[in-house]
Amino acid sequence: MRFIFKTNYAQDINIARHSGDRLWYSLLIILMLTMPLLIDDFYLGEISYVCILAIAGIGLMILSGYTGLASLGHAAFLGIGAYTHAFLLTNGIPFFASIPIVIIVSFMVGALIGIPILRLTGMYLAIATLALCFIAEHVFIKWEHFTGGNRGMPVPQPEIMGMSFYDSATFYYVCLAFLILSMFAAINILRSPTGRAFVAIRDSEIAAQSLGVNLGLYKALSFAISGAFTGLAGALLAHYIGYLAPDIFNIFLSLTLLLLIVVGGMGSLHGTVFGAIFVGYLPQLIAICRDYLPNSIGSQPGLEPMLFGLILVLFILYEPLGIYGRWVKIKLFFQLFPTYKKQTFKKQKVFTKSDRV
Amino acid sequence: MSLFEVKNITVSFGGVKALNDVSFTVDKGEIFTIIGPNGAGKSTLFNVISRIYEPSNGEIFFDGENISKIKPHNISSLGIARTFQNLELFENATVLQNMLLGRHIYKKTNILSEILFTSKARQQEREHRLKIEEVIDFLDLQHYRDTLINGLPYGVRKNVELARALCTAPKLLLLDEPSSGLTNEETNDLSFWIKDIQSLLGVTIIMIEHDMSFVNKVSDRILALNYGEILASGLPSEIKENADVKQAYMGE
Repeated sequence: MRFIFKTNYAQDINIARHSGDRLWYSLLIILMLTMPLLIDDFYLGEISYVCILAIAGIGLMILSGYTGLASLGHAAFLGIGAYTHAFLLTNGIPFFASIPIVIIVSFMVGALIGIPILRLTGMYLAIATLALCFIAEHVFIKWEHFTGGNRGMPVPQPEIMGMSFYDSATFYYVCLAFLILSMFAAINILRSPTGRAFVAIRDSEIAAQSLGVNLGLYKALSFAISGAFTGLAGALLAHYIGYLAPDIFNIFLSLTLLLLIVVGGMGSLHGTVFGAIFVGYLPQLIAICRDYLPNSIGSQPGLEPMLFGLILVLFILYEPLGIYGRWVKIKLFFQLFPTYKKQTFKKQKVFTKSDRV
Repeated sequence: MSLFEVKNITVSFGGVKALNDVSFTVDKGEIFTIIGPNGAGKSTLFNVISRIYEPSNGEIFFDGENISKIKPHNISSLGIARTFQNLELFENATVLQNMLLGRHIYKKTNILSEILFTSKARQQEREHRLKIEEVIDFLDLQHYRDTLINGLPYGVRKNVELARALCTAPKLLLLDEPSSGLTNEETNDLSFWIKDIQSLLGVTIIMIEHDMSFVNKVSDRILALNYGEILASGLPSEIKENADVKQAYMGE
């Protein structure tokens, strides 16, 4: 077990807690950078997709995992990002100019939508965001000038420094770079006053308010930041899909994102990556399982959504902290071996809250 | 000189008058205790001061300024901090993070400098931490810096909430039943701390409390409420002898 002797405030401020962190994460980045040499194009495309999902996951995690606000409408932000990006590229704006515009647009949309709907809480907020998802889908269908309507819209594949996005290694590196940048941006937000204000809103609105956190402003900010990350993911998703149609950005995509953060682990950025890997490969896994299942079950059309729902429920019941929570437990088991007790993570019951303010 | 003044505050919930025409003043540097049986309107009064409840009538002055129209999230930057009767800590955060929230009103960075975590943001974190360490030393919280609130015993949680309020460097501190749920020993410590907060940090304190021996030990003046109305106010010795107070607590 590692004991950290703290001698400097910087040790609490820095991202890496100790040299072990630095070593393992550098190794991980090196592994990711050499990935195109190790595996073939198909799997590289899959990893790119996982990176995109993880970026969207970071967005939803900041909103749901850290600020405690539910959203069933994040597919709308993926759509906004994707369509804006495709529209800008079609009109000759270069890739690296288009991405910042996409981020700003989705940030603005997030803030504009956030200000009215974040007056709602809990279930009602979930319903409002659900409505957002359907409204966005209809806007994508009806606003033909901008989105091509039901006919869909091809996404131009740009070239960066002479390398085309058709080359899966190039696209993989772009996705990976944006994931790493997003991760750093999210970590930085969360270790600054703004991120702490988000957590404060999640845990006790009344205390946050009495300590000077402007609830309306910070909830809207959280929604906007969340929208910006998800919009960025949408822009990359547009390249991954290649041809945009409104029905891609439906409620099922929103639920996939929700599944991602719950399975990954609410309230942890590690969780977004774990969740993205899980959600990214789950359809493949289901496809493989179909072959082995009896025909009457295997050929059912609704198998995928049903399994998604089942997994969501099972995780909420048996591992509310998700894959990351399980990973922390396994790590602690080996650190404390053989003295680990199951009760370590048992939540202490205290009865201090009442509905009195 | 009066630092804080409540003038003719009335709060009604439907037909119930939780507070009826309550007025009092608190002097700078005083420890002012509000007592009263359950349902007397003590917590309502605190919630009116921190602007969570809207009074139907009356005004509140702090430092000569009328604060009865100020937004609830701006109260703490005026220099008023509070604790809650039923602990409102951020449970899934560490003690340090809870206390850092107390420094929120001194935030100087905007979202862009935070995303880039510029040297200014880093500097700010360090300055906040320096202030927090002073409070940690003051309230003996050294052992708990990195502990999650979830895993702390009740007495320590109470202490952390007081610490968080002190991190805002308040001029006026509102304590809602600070000794409830504490052991005798902890209550004893608390009485010393409250005296120290008054004398060393120069903070004025308004406190709601039931433990009369504790109240008599620390308070400079006492206000007794019952059914939303003022029964009596004065020095601890006067309140002890007051016939109305005796009747409210013990009956005829």
